[in-house]
Amino acid sequence: MKFAIQVNEGPYQHQAADSAYFFAKAALEKGHEVFRVFFYHDGVNNSTRLTTPPQDDRNIVERWAELAEQYDLDMVVCVAAAQRRGVVDEGEAQRNGKDSTNIDPRFRISGLGQLVEAAIQSDRLVVFGD
Amino acid sequence: MSTLHTVNKSPFEKTSLAACLGHAGAGSAVLLLEDGVYAALAQTSAEAQVKGALDSVKVYVLGPDLQARGLSEERVIPGISVVDYAGFVDLAAEHEKVQAWL
Repeated sequence: MKFAIQVNEGPYQHQAADSAYFFAKAALEKGHEVFRVFFYHDGVNNSTRLTTPPQDDRNIVERWAELAEQYDLDMVVCVAAAQRRGVVDEGEAQRNGKDSTNIDPRFRISGLGQLVEAAIQSDRLVVFGD
Repeated sequence: MSTLHTVNKSPFEKTSLAACLGHAGAGSAVLLLEDGVYAALAQTSAEAQVKGALDSVKVYVLGPDLQARGLSEERVIPGISVVDYAGFVDLAAEHEKVQAWL
């Protein structure tokens, strides 16, 4: 079965970011397909590669990124939510005159259309948030 | 048309569970996760509400979230099933839709 997952909350702020990860991992381990993980609202903060949690804490960003590498996941960050929160890739930095980037390369920035498409293409859309 | 409803709020803090149970049709399922797991406990002021719902809907609780809060499965209302994340995935697959009561 094809799942789409929407994450509305940031890491270390609300359990939704953890719940979404464990759901995605369990689905993939059961042999399901995860069509896309869409990070919306504060969820875009799951994608900043500059995060450095203490060594005895989970690294939520890296955890997503490793899952994406292992299963070739498409992880999409909402562009408007990202701009508001200072989550930037090369293209956005150039377009908006910013001097640096912070998005982990295993995520990509795109628009809300990607969420709509994921909802259409998938059998289930599962939303995690507050 | 069966739906899996997910509730992640404590019934002692928000009214999401009541709203969910008011809408959940017969044959649908409710999964309690995150702070929603508090609704699965016996001998609370929310128990009657949840027990009443068990006649028409199936109620599940996410075991790892009980554990994370130091709550024993023995305290769960009889009739509520404890599932893990793999069970959550199965529930999502078995029902036609997943509705999060955020």
